[in-house]
Amino acid sequence: MKYVDEYRDGKLARAIAATIAAEVRPELSYRFMEFCGGHTHAISRYGIEDLLPANVRMIHGPGCPVCVLPVGRIDDAIKLARRRDITLCTYGDLMRVPGSQGSSLLKAKAAGADIRMVYSTLDAVRIAQAEPGRNVVFFAIGFETTTPPTAMAILAAQKKGLSNFFIFCNHVLTPAAIQNILESPDVRALGNVRIDGFVGPAHVSTVIGTRPYHAFAEEFEKPVVIAGFEPLDVMQAILMLVRQVNSGRHEVENQYIRAVTVDGNLKAQDFVAQVFEPRDSFEWRGLGMVPNSALRLREAYARYDAEKVFAIETVQAEDNPACECGAILRGVKKPADCKLFGTLCTPETPMGSCMVSSEGSCAAHWTYGRFRDYARQETQRHEFEQKAAS
Amino acid sequence: MNANPKPGVARLKFRKLDIMNGRVDLSHGSGGRAMAQLIAGIFHEAFANEWLAQGNDQSVFGVPAGRMAMTTDAYVVSPLFFPGGDIGSLSVHGTINDLAMSGARPLYLSASFILEEGFPLADLQRVAQSMGEASRAAGVPVITGDTKVVERGKADGVFISTAGVGLVPAGLDLSGDRARPGDAVIVSGSMGDHGVAIMSCRQNLEFETRIISDSAALHELTAAMVEACGPSLRLMRDPTRGGLAATLNEIAQQSQAGIRIEESAIPVKPEVAAACELLGLDPLHVANEGKLVVFAAPEAAQKLLAVMRAHPLGRDAAIIGSVVEDSHHFVQMTTGFGGGRIVDWLSGEQLPRIC
Repeated sequence: MKYVDEYRDGKLARAIAATIAAEVRPELSYRFMEFCGGHTHAISRYGIEDLLPANVRMIHGPGCPVCVLPVGRIDDAIKLARRRDITLCTYGDLMRVPGSQGSSLLKAKAAGADIRMVYSTLDAVRIAQAEPGRNVVFFAIGFETTTPPTAMAILAAQKKGLSNFFIFCNHVLTPAAIQNILESPDVRALGNVRIDGFVGPAHVSTVIGTRPYHAFAEEFEKPVVIAGFEPLDVMQAILMLVRQVNSGRHEVENQYIRAVTVDGNLKAQDFVAQVFEPRDSFEWRGLGMVPNSALRLREAYARYDAEKVFAIETVQAEDNPACECGAILRGVKKPADCKLFGTLCTPETPMGSCMVSSEGSCAAHWTYGRFRDYARQETQRHEFEQKAAS
Repeated sequence: MNANPKPGVARLKFRKLDIMNGRVDLSHGSGGRAMAQLIAGIFHEAFANEWLAQGNDQSVFGVPAGRMAMTTDAYVVSPLFFPGGDIGSLSVHGTINDLAMSGARPLYLSASFILEEGFPLADLQRVAQSMGEASRAAGVPVITGDTKVVERGKADGVFISTAGVGLVPAGLDLSGDRARPGDAVIVSGSMGDHGVAIMSCRQNLEFETRIISDSAALHELTAAMVEACGPSLRLMRDPTRGGLAATLNEIAQQSQAGIRIEESAIPVKPEVAAACELLGLDPLHVANEGKLVVFAAPEAAQKLLAVMRAHPLGRDAAIIGSVVEDSHHFVQMTTGFGGGRIVDWLSGEQLPRIC
């Protein structure tokens, strides 16, 4: 497959792996966080861990929009969908995300709610147009990548004069969350994990550009390398981070030059600014309340705002107290350290945010990488037995 | 219709069905004249064989000595007609393949139809004739059947259930629990064609592709494999829903072993890979309807591969890995990129009503 296979070339991967192995300093340990679920998925799916030296560790960040959606908002969506006058349109990956008390959109659909899976915001607009008797609500989630299409849908509905199209807005902002990883009160409570650098978002950065990361890199003195989602992109970004660490730099570098510019997509940014404004605070599943980390519709577009029109009041719902997602998202713990991982919490029955979508760190580890936990255990047991024997 | 029909229902004279404009209505399931007319005008004509022509509620056939295989399957695919096939041919191929995977020679099929009120007779005829063609091409007749009609909205056009019986060659014992460490794992061709073909014509997901479903009856391929390498075969399975990943995990569990495969050895058509890329799917989770996976003793692998490649339905056969000892029964894959990963079952529903 042209323009894809080139970025998954095993030979090139081995060459970059050899360079990384040659350049890392054995006395140092390198801990890099990839913020985005897309990177987490690539790392797990292509087995990138196997190509890295033992002293380079990847920490999987909270950048999966499905995962970080709080339980209360899922409950809100289910409540909306149960109303007889409402058709709820949603991306398919939200269907199985558990709300409180074992509920989900999938179960609500089975019980008769009118929930339709769509592949684009404009599909939802089309449904509203075709079925004027229904109130069509689009369950909008995602980072800066999916916000412009939601803005476009509202503008399209306005242009078509639709009075039965609404947005349930859950759009969140990346830079605020990255900052939160390093400085929130929870970090102090959970213990301080040193992160030596960040693999910066791919698709998000195509929209917002590289500029928003500069203040962060400078303030926290952490290198950021914006990288594409293909496995070679990730390998190259890791090499670039290793080089920054080795030379004591903390700059924003752009590995993903084929798609990301300094300014980003200005037109998309304009649409977003026209329709949305920041919220003071928003709950992230696994991170808690994060200031200035989400968007809502501006007053001028209030008639499209499902939250206002249908008077939604989100009730905060708690995750299972044994869930370690908060610590895992910050790199303090690994998936296998959580008691629920692989026992009560699996991709079929997710309990915490990291397991709910295939891009979550626990789901990716369970689906692609859990054999390494057993391999590690077996090596340890073997070493123990050898020691005991001698 | 049979050129020289035997006495029975098919010979009775009924008013001709208005196939061009007619639709299934509730009277077609009532047991009355309309039902008899539907059965004669559509099904007997499409399936045309001596057993059906007798018009009995069952068909009687001789039983050879030895062991038989029996299977049943329901078909609810949406859309009913897709590139490379339709629900009719699929319902013949799928059941023949389930028999063939035991090494059996398929003998006879049955077919039950659940029809939705309002379903166009022209579509029903198209489905039935496609079934008839598929069964004649395979040499496996549909010898008994049933028709029910449900109210509009209680089904989706037509659902078909077929069952089949076949004869297992003496001494052959294929079963999912027979894989042993060292066994070779071979697929008969490219993975994911059927699922992508179906997806390409789903409402709200239409995309242009040249991919057609691989729906095909595999019993002649399996017969050649059994004849050449019978004693060395451990098991065969057709990776339908859940794709190759689900099939390999089933075998690993049943045989209490691990399986290791090489990503670069698995045949996937570039168009299928591209569509999966676009839709965020893993080709290893996408359904096939004309492919099989075979586990065989390592010393027979090359010979078996040659036999498979000599058959048109096994032209692209490839050895993709082997069985290993593993107390966790993982299916592990070396990625084309060079790392390792698990190939897990699919979580949740990737695509409802694929077959």
